[in-house]
Amino acid sequence: MTWLSILLSGIVTYFSRMAMIALIDRDMLGSKVKEALNYVPAAVFPAIIFPGVFFNDFGSIVEFTDPKIYGAIIALLVGFYSRNVIATIVSGLLSYWFIIFFLLK
Amino acid sequence: MLSKSKIFLRGTSDVLPHMLSVIPFGIITGAIGVEFGFDPLLVYATSLIIFGGASQIIFMQLLSGGASSLVAITSVGVINSRHLLYGAVLSEYLEKLSFFKKLFISYFIVDQGFAESNKYLKKNNSQTNLHYHVLGGGITLWLFWQISTLSGIILGSFIPEELGLKFAIPLTFLAIIVNDLRKLDHVFVMLISGFASLILFDAPFKSYIILSPIVALTAAFMMLRFKR
Repeated sequence: MTWLSILLSGIVTYFSRMAMIALIDRDMLGSKVKEALNYVPAAVFPAIIFPGVFFNDFGSIVEFTDPKIYGAIIALLVGFYSRNVIATIVSGLLSYWFIIFFLLK
Repeated sequence: MLSKSKIFLRGTSDVLPHMLSVIPFGIITGAIGVEFGFDPLLVYATSLIIFGGASQIIFMQLLSGGASSLVAITSVGVINSRHLLYGAVLSEYLEKLSFFKKLFISYFIVDQGFAESNKYLKKNNSQTNLHYHVLGGGITLWLFWQISTLSGIILGSFIPEELGLKFAIPLTFLAIIVNDLRKLDHVFVMLISGFASLILFDAPFKSYIILSPIVALTAAFMMLRFKR
């Protein structure tokens, strides 16, 4: 079942890469659709980020003292000013670990 | 006139700086797949068959969280629909290629490669054999992605669960969009998507992952109308 899902996901992904290059005339995408596609990352990724920060493993909302919130805020600030992918991830993880292993111990 | 191999190598060297983010992202993807409890072979298969970091992580996260296959596959489609845009832009330079070359080159279209090739092709549009730049960048990214996810799969079995590595998922996606935080219209769309996902989180089959982007894209569409 999982193998079939991987295969189908692969086909869907490959189609998204190939469609405009090999199949469809590029002018068929209207300018409005092109403009909207620009917002795909902004529309997709927060739906992964917010639950990942504000929900716990059991799917209930965390308290505002949860270490993940502070890790995320630090990562956000570091990312905003450094524009560096690794610095963003590492600062978030390190501050999260610092809180759970030192402050909460 | 530049030779084919020179253009290919230029593509390679143009994407090399991106390896600083591609390699850790690949390691996280592999390690998290193992932490979710998937067979290592299955985790690696996503790198080969899907070959798109963000969508691979979501795919595995959804399936391990009990989502239906349909939701997982649809989410992959939604996340990867941005490639349509890349294809539409690149097709201008790939028009003269044979159908089979187009099919081959399409497999290698990814975010970082698109960004670099788009810059290069715009500057050098009088050259011939420009598709070698797309290939050079794409194949390099592909190779590093395969190696780094494999390393992550191997490392993943040694990482203790107390570390809470799953928290790396929201952080990784935060890193992807952090540059767009300077654009107010994008921030608006992000907030709508984020709050929608919190409200819709308990919707059946983990469908929040598809519903929230739809809500946010609808808002973006309305915003574009309003701007004019």
